[in-house]
Amino acid sequence: MSLDPATVRRIASLARIRVEEREVAQLQNELNTILGWIEQLNEVNVDGIAPLTGGAQMALKMREDVVTDGGYPEQVLANAPDRAGPFFAVPKVVE
Amino acid sequence: MAYIIEGNTGAWEVVVGLEVHAQVISRSKLFSGAATDFGAEPNTQVSFIDAAFPGMLPVINRVCVAQAVRTGLGLNARINVVSHFDRKNYFYPDLPSGYQISQYQHPIVGEGRIEIELADGSTRSIGVTRLHLEQDAGKSLHDQHPTKSYIDLNRAGVALMEIVSEPDIRSPEEAGAYLTKVRSILRYLGTCDGNMDEGSMRADVNVSVRKHGEPFRTRCEVKNVNSIRFVMQAVEVEAKRQVEVWESGGTVDQETRLFDSARGVTRSMRSKEDAHDYRYFPDPDLLPLVLDEAWVEALRQDLPELPDPKKARFVGEYGLTVYDAGVLVAEQATANFFEEVAKGRDVKTAANWVTGDLFAALNRMGRTIEQSPVSAANLGKLLDLMADNTINGRIAKDVFTAMVETGDDPAAIVEARGLRQVTDTGAIDAAVDAVLAANPDKVADYRAGKDKLFGFFVGQVMKAMAGKGNPALVNEVLKRKLS
Repeated sequence: MSLDPATVRRIASLARIRVEEREVAQLQNELNTILGWIEQLNEVNVDGIAPLTGGAQMALKMREDVVTDGGYPEQVLANAPDRAGPFFAVPKVVE
Repeated sequence: MAYIIEGNTGAWEVVVGLEVHAQVISRSKLFSGAATDFGAEPNTQVSFIDAAFPGMLPVINRVCVAQAVRTGLGLNARINVVSHFDRKNYFYPDLPSGYQISQYQHPIVGEGRIEIELADGSTRSIGVTRLHLEQDAGKSLHDQHPTKSYIDLNRAGVALMEIVSEPDIRSPEEAGAYLTKVRSILRYLGTCDGNMDEGSMRADVNVSVRKHGEPFRTRCEVKNVNSIRFVMQAVEVEAKRQVEVWESGGTVDQETRLFDSARGVTRSMRSKEDAHDYRYFPDPDLLPLVLDEAWVEALRQDLPELPDPKKARFVGEYGLTVYDAGVLVAEQATANFFEEVAKGRDVKTAANWVTGDLFAALNRMGRTIEQSPVSAANLGKLLDLMADNTINGRIAKDVFTAMVETGDDPAAIVEARGLRQVTDTGAIDAAVDAVLAANPDKVADYRAGKDKLFGFFVGQVMKAMAGKGNPALVNEVLKRKLS
């Protein structure tokens, strides 16, 4: 599998990472190297083996349905680049 | 009867599948301990997990899992004892982490099936593909500022169930009936309040059209439709639009559309071109969700009686018509109210009063049955007063009106207003004599064969007695004196 420059630009755009045109070729190389490594894994036969989902045979722990958190809007908003009263404010996004 | 769109090139069939997003009833969120109450001050019910602060880890809420399992059981669906959580990646300001924790390949609930009821009395079975648990996003306000959107994260992280149907739906009516049935089941189970106005239940509508016997054609997804009526309208207008596209030589592109309820059209959401490239991958913060079979079984044993079995019981046990039973079981509160009124009384009379006078009064006041000024106990007492001849049916209507206004006990109203039925034959005799004496010409006409005048005499006597005469006795005395 080999990525073309258009795919590199698309991945960057989906991830909201700005990539300058001069960086595309290098990124294309690096990503292809990474994909090459991952393709090696495909050489291992895993027929009939369940995917490994963790390092230990554990299931998800559940918590009780109790309100134990929240109620600190100032802390939640503290790092916001912009706010309007109790709201986060962002550049307008509307259909 | 099949729903068909007649185009220039012949008849078109409509194919619809629905994705229902139902907010889970729980105190706290799916993966955080922040509260879920609707209408709180902005950003007050947000934890650092919901706001996606670095390093925060999600821990799943047991009640949310139980609610999903119970809903799956209510949809006659398979419960998957092992399920997985994945990240669905997309960028939007009300999704702070840049991904929604959802379930992609291994949902908690698999295939199910529900019956829907149609206006002509027929039923159809609609397949449910799956139900999965996921996080809701925050809320964006776009109308508060000319160049900015405001974000409230109170809803971010609240548990949602996405219930996906098979493409088994074939008309706007069936789409409405399916949504109505799902809503009814959710409300019975207490797993979602079904409140579409507040957005706690909303639907994405997948629509395509085809000629009879063809395989499926390309579908479009109409997003976030927030009432049953709008879902029906969206199916209708989107199907018509697609027929026009195909018949004018074009092709329907798979895309996401919005339903504009003000103009009754759907329109393309072009900015979401990349929206379907979600790059799902397993959430590394969450282990597989493994359910204990005994726990699932305990949840099953604890389910309430659901609308379909209840309806069957109302028909079988009470001898109600399928229609009356359907009306009474649509809401659990109505069914409970009815059963309390009917207990030990004439069932048909109870059903008539609940679906007739009571529903009419509640409609007029814009109230739900939970807010009814007339309690089930008091409506039952009113029926008792009729059954033991304390009041007649005519007076019962007046007493009911007074009960709606005051919420009082019917016996107290009857006593306070002197509405007790007159069964004293002396008083009835006197009233009949007076009416006959005042109308000698009509008496003569009646005796000459104008039988229809009997109703006039009954009316006059009842009027003279302020409506309180026992109808059977009044009839009897009139017949005797007129013969």
